Amino acid sequence: MNPSSPPVIEALSLERRFGHVRALRSVDLTVAAGEVVLLVGPNGAGKSTLLRCLAGLARPTRGSVRVCGALLQRDPAARAGVGFLSHQTFLYDDLTARENLRFAAALHGLDSVEQRVMDALDAAGLTQRADARAGVLSHGTRQRLAIARATLHGPAVLLLDEPFSGLDGASVEQLRSGIAAGAAAGRAVVCVTHQPGDVWQIATRVVMLSRGAVVLDIARPATLEGFVTSYNQALAA
Amino acid sequence: MSFSRAAVAIAAKDLRIEWRHRTAFATAVLFAVLVQLVFVFSRDGASVSLAALAPTVLWVMLALATVVTLNRAFLLERENAALEGILLAPVGPSALFWGKWLANLVLVVVVEVVTIPLWMIFFNLEPHPRVFGVGAVALLAAVGFTAPGTLFSAMAVRTRFAELLLPVLLLPFLIPPLFFASQATVRILADAPMSELSGWLRLLALYDTVFLALATMLFPAVMDQ
Repeated sequence: MNPSSPPVIEALSLERRFGHVRALRSVDLTVAAGEVVLLVGPNGAGKSTLLRCLAGLARPTRGSVRVCGALLQRDPAARAGVGFLSHQTFLYDDLTARENLRFAAALHGLDSVEQRVMDALDAAGLTQRADARAGVLSHGTRQRLAIARATLHGPAVLLLDEPFSGLDGASVEQLRSGIAAGAAAGRAVVCVTHQPGDVWQIATRVVMLSRGAVVLDIARPATLEGFVTSYNQALAA
Repeated sequence: MSFSRAAVAIAAKDLRIEWRHRTAFATAVLFAVLVQLVFVFSRDGASVSLAALAPTVLWVMLALATVVTLNRAFLLERENAALEGILLAPVGPSALFWGKWLANLVLVVVVEVVTIPLWMIFFNLEPHPRVFGVGAVALLAAVGFTAPGTLFSAMAVRTRFAELLLPVLLLPFLIPPLFFASQATVRILADAPMSELSGWLRLLALYDTVFLALATMLFPAVMDQ
């Protein structure tokens, strides 16, 4: 974390239980403006649960999440600062790409809706498919539309759960550039991926979860190969 | 953030999707016609007149058609986890409830507009200004049907058997408005004075108010994960 920047998102002593299973164990995570945090860990480590708690979609059993200083559990307006892309696209198959974005804009109470929607479609390379129903778009195109939806309101923090899944090489590059540009403009990013190579060069920090706890929180090593050694050691411990 | 803007956007989105498919509307109207046919053909003509049966059939038909309509209300939010997309927005869950309720109310009223004339044909009821009275009762009842219906539809959609669970949860709560509306309809069809009718209408309006308030209060807990 850049010590000079105030935290955009701050999770303190976060715990989430599902019955007797502790999916998150006292997780502390603070992400500052401009940081790109790569969140890694084996399957079942709690990465998606952590992202859902950070997005306000899952209520922590214990602990708190603050977005730009506002407590997410108490203040619905704090969600305006969060953009989230999960395994699901949150799109309506029977609405067109444009209508899906218009709907998201209305939910966020945005002004200049048409201009914002056109800009988002343009940035996602979807201008030509703006009036196609989401249900007929290819997987990669839908993913680009989902990302446009997640960033339409200009969130201060972007939470990405396997964002590169199903994207071709050009789309991966486009998304990576978009994430880097957002971070350069001061957006905090937390990205979960099983393919760290896709985001390695733009990540500033790597956080590893194992069995619901943070076991590694380091500045991004110079090389992915060097990190793999640290990853395996942390897992073994 | 604007509560009303979000609620209207949710209602408009639901109605736009329904307009493109007309699945809930067509199913509810077809179901209403079938219910009437079942009653008409199973009636013992010697002991039960069509006129005596008409109010009961009207309300059974409308209540069941409402359940059919409400079944789809939250199912379309399952698609691509769209419900979570709404919950991510900086508006309280109450905006979601009011948006869903508004869309459900419009849809149920449209179903009533189509099925009440069919009911008049099936039961040989002459076109008469009193039909507008029945329509007004149907509108009041639609509010009472859809308020708990929207709440229970949201509860049921998180289970594996949403389509089966909704009628089981909802029908007991439809009995009071069904009874009030049926009593009011009997009096309207008998040209009873307003003094005999107003008590039932007041009960219906009270039920609507109480259940809209209760559903608004309970909905955030239903959405909490």
